Amino acid sequence: MSAIPYNTPAELLGEMDRTRSRWLLAGLLGLAAAAGGYFADPQRFFQSYLYAYVFVFGLAMGSLALTMLNHLTGGAWGIMIRRILEAGSRTFPLLLILFLPIALGVFQIFPWAPHEVAEQDHLIHEKSAYLNVPFFFARVAGYFLICLFLSFRISRLSAQQDEHGAEPYYTKLQRLSGPGILLYGLTVTFFSIDLIMSLDPHWFSTIFGILLLGCQGVSTFAFAIMVLVWLMRQRPMSEAVRSVHLHDLGKLMFAFVNLFAYFNFSQFLIIWSGNLPEETTWYLKRTTGGWQYVSIAIMVLHFFVPFFLLLSRNLKRTPGKVSKVAGWLIFMQLVNAYWLVMPSFHERGIHLHWLDAATPLAIGGLWMWVFLGQLKQRPLLPVGDPMLEEALHSGGH
Amino acid sequence: MAGESMHSVETADAGPSLYGLLAEFDNPNDLVRATRQAYAAGYRKLDAYSPYPVEEAWEAIPHHSNRVPLAVLCGALAGMCAGFGLQTWASTMYYPMNIGGRPDLSWPSFIPITFELAVLFASFAAVFGMLMMNGLPQPYHPLFNSPRFATASRDRFFLCIEAQDPLFDRQDTLRFLASLEPREVAEVEN
Repeated sequence: MSAIPYNTPAELLGEMDRTRSRWLLAGLLGLAAAAGGYFADPQRFFQSYLYAYVFVFGLAMGSLALTMLNHLTGGAWGIMIRRILEAGSRTFPLLLILFLPIALGVFQIFPWAPHEVAEQDHLIHEKSAYLNVPFFFARVAGYFLICLFLSFRISRLSAQQDEHGAEPYYTKLQRLSGPGILLYGLTVTFFSIDLIMSLDPHWFSTIFGILLLGCQGVSTFAFAIMVLVWLMRQRPMSEAVRSVHLHDLGKLMFAFVNLFAYFNFSQFLIIWSGNLPEETTWYLKRTTGGWQYVSIAIMVLHFFVPFFLLLSRNLKRTPGKVSKVAGWLIFMQLVNAYWLVMPSFHERGIHLHWLDAATPLAIGGLWMWVFLGQLKQRPLLPVGDPMLEEALHSGGH
Repeated sequence: MAGESMHSVETADAGPSLYGLLAEFDNPNDLVRATRQAYAAGYRKLDAYSPYPVEEAWEAIPHHSNRVPLAVLCGALAGMCAGFGLQTWASTMYYPMNIGGRPDLSWPSFIPITFELAVLFASFAAVFGMLMMNGLPQPYHPLFNSPRFATASRDRFFLCIEAQDPLFDRQDTLRFLASLEPREVAEVEN
């Protein structure tokens, strides 16, 4: 195969910069609106902020996980989106800054946080060895340490591989990715317990962490496909990415859509069968007061419709079509994050607020700005990866 | 092949009955290249044979729209209806039972069986549909007449252009295949 010029052409860099400034503008507008919303209705601001944060955090965490997964399994699909995922995983410093409002609002957000609650509520009192504010911050610090360490270590090894060739970095990346995946599994589990499940401090579900893992898998694959298709308009990706690669990515996104539905249904079926009062509350909130329509919409629009669309081989191989489905799934993941977080605050019924749109715009806009800034710093293909040639040639699995 | 006498009878009646020309390659890359060139030259009745699946060779002959996926989808939908229908009928009409005060039509508990039956019927449709559409099991195939063809299940790669192809011409096709640098080209009789 004739050598593909790997360096990002100036024209594409310019386009990335323009897109980047647009996202920054969107982010700043969203931030200004969200700040205004804070003064108008602080309670609502924190709630809307939390769901948007959980969604965007999932993109960064999912990027990190899929990078490590691909180092372990290999596969051309991962080589084509490697730089997108690495750039996504280098956004944790921003997410650390953006965690600040949640840290400041911890007493307004989490019902277990105020002291008086634990004194009056026996169950929360029993759980207070885990659910207390200092330990909460210690755990969140742990999540950030793990994610920051893994993402920057992996990105650095990958950069060294670009410069000096495969070994020993290739082996080092694999050695780090094994334990890294394990740490990711633990991090996503406890992250989901702390930031979402603890909003209903009486309620518990052992599959919840894995459920959030499924969400991150869907949104990250969908995001990577959208960015890849966007990059395919120009060199080098227009020459490197072929329909086999998109087909593989589409299949993996399809698999995660199924996994997402499977985990959701597993949780629901077990709680529905057990029919115990302390477990069913979570679903009662989500099947009354208007929330039932959101639940049904997620079932239909996040599972049935994408399922039948993604069955098509032709759709997965056509950039314009697969990226539209991916965009749809990203939106549905945002709706899903809303559905996971919001009913815990509004059990009386669904109540939309303009802040629900402002906060994803703020966090998402700033995140995209940092993401694109990271993406343009390196070649769009992992030039030092020993599997690159094969991936370009055959699209081998 | 049948005995000599049989062979000569065929020749006398209808001319030699040629199945096709078989080119032998010793690596998959040559096979893929040859298949692409043969397709580009306009041959349509051709097939590639290899000891293991070579995806590029499969893609080099772009007329593979088969109906197995459709059969699988129909199987899955039939399985879904059967599974859900059976449970609905049993628990609402044939033998309604009060289980934990739940309604008779407790659909969440029906989903696992519905799913399992969808998978089962889809698998049956995949296996039997595949067998029906590809004509297997096939105890006899003209290519087995080629003594070299047995190596297709070991370490050799073959491209066969069949005599039924409209472009097929014994001499021209032979020259064309020889130009693809195979190890050898052989005639295969029916």
